Amino acid sequence: MSTMAFLKRSPWILHYDASSCNGCDIEVLACLTPLYDVERFGIINTGNPKHADILLITGGINSQNRPVVRNLYEQMPEPKVVVAIGACAATGGIFRECYNIAGGVDKVIPVDVYVPGCAARPEQIIDGVVKALGILEEKREKMTGKAEIKEGARHAAEAGEGT
Amino acid sequence: MNGLIGAVLFLILAPIAGGLIAGIDRKITARMQGRVGPPLLQPFYDVGKLFEKENVVVTTAQNFYVLAYLVFIALSGALFFAGGDLLLIIFAFTLAHVFLVLGAYAVHSPYSHIGAERELIQVMAYEPMIILAAVGLYMVGGSFYVADIAAATVPAILYLPGVFLGFAVILTIKLRKSPFDISTSHHAHQEIVKGITTEFSGSTLGQVEIAHWYENIFLLGFVYLFFSWNPVIGVAAVAVTYVAEIFVDNVTARVRWQAALKSGWLAAAVLGLVNLAILSYMTIGGA
Repeated sequence: MSTMAFLKRSPWILHYDASSCNGCDIEVLACLTPLYDVERFGIINTGNPKHADILLITGGINSQNRPVVRNLYEQMPEPKVVVAIGACAATGGIFRECYNIAGGVDKVIPVDVYVPGCAARPEQIIDGVVKALGILEEKREKMTGKAEIKEGARHAAEAGEGT
Repeated sequence: MNGLIGAVLFLILAPIAGGLIAGIDRKITARMQGRVGPPLLQPFYDVGKLFEKENVVVTTAQNFYVLAYLVFIALSGALFFAGGDLLLIIFAFTLAHVFLVLGAYAVHSPYSHIGAERELIQVMAYEPMIILAAVGLYMVGGSFYVADIAAATVPAILYLPGVFLGFAVILTIKLRKSPFDISTSHHAHQEIVKGITTEFSGSTLGQVEIAHWYENIFLLGFVYLFFSWNPVIGVAAVAVTYVAEIFVDNVTARVRWQAALKSGWLAAAVLGLVNLAILSYMTIGGA
């Protein structure tokens, strides 16, 4: 049933380095180490967009990675959320003025949570993910709501045809 | 009648026990790595979540194959706990994995295909040893029926130490643990995307996970057969074997597929065949 809400107890993460300097990426991976151990919250780092619920993305968007980011986002099954990590992912950061940089991640895909910092600290990243869990849950409810409305409409239509 | 009860109990209880064992596994693994680890019920949350997600289907054939995988794994386990013929059980078990491989091949994805190829290599690697284990249990128990083997009063492990060790080697392959987790693994680290499960998502992936729980309980039941003359020692041996597998998982790095294949066959040839040769020499000499 839709009220079970396992989703926020088991968020699987896809981590993508757009054009980051690797500073934020090291901090993302630090979250998985024994010190922070995000698996406590059921968070698993998967390498597969089709298994992921949360897209953690670092670095700005350039012309090379624009289709890649779009593709990764589209391959993730609904409901899904995007967390942009670091100054570059939010706005393009210090690379914003570069000729090849389009700006933050939100130039290509919708972003739900922005985690500031250069580099973002692991605590902040975990905070951002926890924030994202709330949004993920909202999206799930909306999704099941939509499915129920659709189902109801279908039933109504079928009943209408019957009479 | 007893057999039917065993089969029904397996079908109902195995997912619960399998999920709990997976939870304990993750907890022990985390402790071995100096982490706190996820809650005990995490595997159930994961599968529950997978059923909540949108199911992205590349081709509907994959759903059919994965369902067949689940059904045949459950069938082979149910036959086992019904006390059925060990050879039939092993064939049903192999067929289940063939369906999983077909499911991964049904999709035009290179990652999925590499995972499927590696799964086939794993099947090749463990198959000789699992059949030798059945033959060994037959030579000791005098029957291929699990019910007869389990009822035997001879301690099979004393006659089959080599076969048991060989079985422990391929158990590492079957439980998808390092160093033989070449087709896909449970860990947070990333292999070739996600190996054989790359193209499965949502409820289809959930079914693969449930099938894996069934499979683990079946395999632990197989381990128990070696110790079935004494239930207390049997259960203890199953627990020790599983913890040893977790330990091996955490202290080894993944090997190449060639090494996995060699290890499986070496275990079968050296530990399995030599043990059986000595055993047949002993029994013929004694008779």
